[in-house]
This record gives sequence, structure tokens and C-alpha cells, in this order.
Amino acid sequence: MNTVAEASLSRKVVERASTGQRTRDLMFRLALLASLSMGFVVLAALVIDVVSDGASKLSLDFLTSFPSRISPENTGVESALIGTVYLMILCALFIVPVGVATAVYLEEYANRESRLSRLIEVNIQNLAAVPSVVYGILGLAFIVRGPLGLGPVLLAGALTLGLLVLPVVIIVSREAIRAVPSSIREGSLALGATQWQTIWKHVLPGALPGVATGVILALSRAIGETAPLLVIGAATFARFNPEGITDRFTAMPLAIFEFISDADTDFRAAGAAAILVLLALLVVMNAGAIFLRNRYERKW
Amino acid sequence: MSEERAERATEPEGATPEVVGAPVIQTEAKGQRPEAGRRNTIYELDDVGVSYGGVPAVREVDFPIYENEITALIGPSGCGKSTLIRCLNRMNDLIPTAEVTGKVVYHGQNLYDDSIDPVQVRKRIGMVFQKPNPFPKSIYDNIAFGPRVLGTKGDMDEIVENALRRGALWDEVKDRLKANAFGMSGGQQQRLCIARALATNPDVVLMDEPCSALDPISTGRIEDLMFELKEDYSIVIVTHNMQQAARVSNMTAFFTVELDADEKHRTGRVIEYDDTEKVFTNPSDERTEAYVTGKVG
Repeated sequence: MNTVAEASLSRKVVERASTGQRTRDLMFRLALLASLSMGFVVLAALVIDVVSDGASKLSLDFLTSFPSRISPENTGVESALIGTVYLMILCALFIVPVGVATAVYLEEYANRESRLSRLIEVNIQNLAAVPSVVYGILGLAFIVRGPLGLGPVLLAGALTLGLLVLPVVIIVSREAIRAVPSSIREGSLALGATQWQTIWKHVLPGALPGVATGVILALSRAIGETAPLLVIGAATFARFNPEGITDRFTAMPLAIFEFISDADTDFRAAGAAAILVLLALLVVMNAGAIFLRNRYERKW
Repeated sequence: MSEERAERATEPEGATPEVVGAPVIQTEAKGQRPEAGRRNTIYELDDVGVSYGGVPAVREVDFPIYENEITALIGPSGCGKSTLIRCLNRMNDLIPTAEVTGKVVYHGQNLYDDSIDPVQVRKRIGMVFQKPNPFPKSIYDNIAFGPRVLGTKGDMDEIVENALRRGALWDEVKDRLKANAFGMSGGQQQRLCIARALATNPDVVLMDEPCSALDPISTGRIEDLMFELKEDYSIVIVTHNMQQAARVSNMTAFFTVELDADEKHRTGRVIEYDDTEKVFTNPSDERTEAYVTGKVG
């Protein structure tokens, strides 16, 4: 009885949407889907193309062989893979302390109203948008040559990539620090803790998941950078592994660059395989970032 | 008590309502309270004013706060009660634009002297905030944080147990000290924050609307707790709840908001400061009466 009454009521009160309205709604949804699929289709095409070219080349031998200029069957990416891993570790060791310390200063100590800190803030945002090749030139002039004069070595590459992604780390860390509610700071300070104790015991642990996520995302940008490494003079072809931070090195994007520019299609297949290795590294890093964010994210 | 009130009623009241603190001086001079001899002043506020970025928020605050008593600060929103209570442990230092004038004399020392380290001040003067703000750590670590930063010697387990007992929380949490404090109810969290403040063995506990986020039962428990605590501590409480001020406090300061001469800025001032009983039953200022009886506010 009830349902009959409700049905008759709904017929009277609620009219059906007109056909025109329904068509517009459908069109809009289709347009949204089309935009969404643009990005997806491009990515899928890229991955399918790379997999079809490079999958056959991918093997353990490929990962554990030095590159070869003569035989595409025996070529590999060992030196580039190890160079990239070292680069990322060194880069992280540089950007974590410097980036977090900068963020702590700007958020916890600097007077936000002052002209200087606003200037710094604008500067950092602009630095994040500077093309990577410019950082390569900076690295060449100040780190490889000039004041530091390190030469085109692993440390120089890590510092250059570090400078490139430092603004990102600072911006993300500042957001993570700002997300720690001020009531936590007040609670700590009201107990007689110093500002440093408050930052070290409460603010930084609270900001850690956000900072870690930001650092990984910054590294996943640095891992694919080619231009700055080319400009500072890193090797594109190396049949040796770097053994210390002052050794010459090559890296995955440089190896890909070298493979792809070869006229021989077999070498280009090796390039596709190297791209797959780099993509796998990227997926692992981003998955790590997502895991950290979901696992340790705090609801205040 | 009735004798006492009768005696006061004969006083020439409200001749100059602006002179805050005057009734107290009379009270002391006459020695009406039986414990007057034991009443020690812990804070002496001398013409205290606070402005934010040059705009005064509260001014001309002049009254003493007594040891082992509960002093309530009441008044409408925006009258500067919270601003004032945050002067008592220099929490206003955290707001860069806040500027404090006058003297906040604590045991004979002006807390705003250049030689005073605000960190040392806060070690002696604990604070409980409007919204419970436990750290995202275990119950145990919440309590232990204060003693640890102070470098307190002794058995930490014992310190934690003592603090939780004084905070009337021990029986509820003794089996889950390692559990995260965020899993507690709001009322438990606030008692944890009180226990946390007590763990450093402060001299004064400041409470800025400690029950405003709690239900009546939790509020009742915290009020009971305050009664017990005033044996050992001096308590200053900001509250919006008239009944609460009437129930728990010994002394009450009534704040109100006044418009400037140019009618641009609203500034808080103390209209009346006296024994709570007098403020609520026989206030000397009609604005106080209107507020405490619920005619305004």
C-alpha cells in the first residue's frame, strides 16, 4: 500500500528530466571521459610500444653487463643502473637535511611577514620552475668547474640534481610542517619545552610522512633528468662502475640517450629495455611514496 | 557567611566602578575571610594590557591572584579573557604581533622582564587548552614528555602513575598506557592534558575554557578534579559557563568589551573582581549583574 502511495506521489511531484537535459548531461560525461582517456591512451601507447620493442632484450644479463658498442646482444646497463642508484642515494643525503632544515626555518623561525622571508618564498617557488638544463649550467660552472671544481664525478652529478629538486623538497616539507596543528606546538611549549625540543619531538615526527613522500617524489623527478647530467659532462657510455663519490659515472637516462641515438635497431631495442628498467624503478619509488602516505598519514 | 555578606552590603559600593581591584583591597583590609591570614598572592597584575599589531585587545587589568584558589575569568566573547590568561605563562610570545604592557608580577618577579626566559616560566606554570591537545603518542609518553624535557630524575613509571592519579585517570587507563592517546574520549583526553600539565609539578595551572568541548558528565568530572587540585595548585580558569564559574571558583574577574572613543576597536576591561559569591549574588556593577543573571551575553 505504502509503495503504491509513494509511487503516485512521485508521479505528481517529481517530473522526469527533459530529454534535452538528459542529453546534455550525457554529453558532458562523455567529454570528461574523453579528456581522461587522452592521458591514459598516450601512456598506454608509450608503454605498449616500449614493451614490444624492449621486452625481448630484458634479462638478468642485460642488467649485469656493461654496454657494448659492437654487439647489441651483449650490451647492458650495469654501469648506468649502479650510477643511478648511487646518484639517488647521494642526492637524498643532500636534499633531506638541507631541504628539511630550510623548511623548518621558514615555517618555525622566520617572521612570515618580513620582506626577506617573502622574497625567499617567491624565489623558491620560481626556482622550482627553472628548466633543468639551467641547473646543468649552474652545476658545470660552480660544481664541476669553478669554486668547487669537482670534475664530472658522481658527487657533482648528485649535487646538481639535488639543487634541481631542492625547491620541491622545501615546498613539500613546508606543507607537511604546516599541517602539524599549532595546538601540538602550544601543548609542548606550555610544558616548558624549548622551541627546538618542540620541533624535534613533535613537529618533525608529525611532518615525517609528508616529508618522506615529498623526497621520494623529488627523487623520482631527479632519476629521469638527462639534460643537467649531459651538461655537466657525465659519461653517456661507461664500461666501468663508479667506486667512490669522486669517480666518473653514467646514469640510466644517459644510457637510454646513448642507445636510442644509435643507427642500429638492435641497439634501439636495448634503449627500450633500458626505459623499462627506469620505468620499473620509478614505479617502485612512487609506490613507496603512496605506501608511506597511506600508512603513516595522520588525522589530527 | 551571612554575617559576612551583611557587612559587605553596608559598604559604599560602586562609587568608582573603574577602579578595579578596589573591593578586594577592602576585603583584605577588613580581614573578613576567615583564611585571610593564609591568603598569599601569587600573581600581581599591574596595569596589564595586550595589543595585537597595535590594536588593544585588553587593557588596564589590575588585580591579584591568590595561591591555592581557583580564579575564574568570565565575560562575553572578545573581552580578552583568553588573551589575558596567555600572559600568565607568556604563551602570547608565540603570536609575533602581540605586545604586552604593564607588569605581570609572579612571586615578586615581573614575568615580562628582559631577564626572564619564557621557557623557564612555562616550566613552573602549566596550561590546559580549550580543545584537548594530546600528542599523537601513547598515554605514557604524553605524560612523560614534560618530565623528560625538564630532565626530571626519578622513576618515570612512578611519575606517570602519580600524574595520572592526580588527573583522576589512572583507573581508566592503567591497563593501556601504551595505547595511543588519540583513541581516548574527549573528556579522557582533556584529563590526560591536565595530568600532563601536573606531571611537571607546576605551581599554577592555567585552564583556557577546559570544558567547552566536553559533555556535561565529562565537565563534572573535570570540575571535581579542579576542587581536588586547588589543595596543591593555584588555578586560573577562563570560562564561558557562568554556572561553572559560580560552582568552582573562589574569586571571579568579570571582563567586558568597550568600544574605543572613535568606536573602531573593541577592547576588553575588567569591570569587577571579587569573591565569586559576591560577584554572583551581590555584584557591585550593574553590567556584571546583567551578565551573571543572563540578561545580556
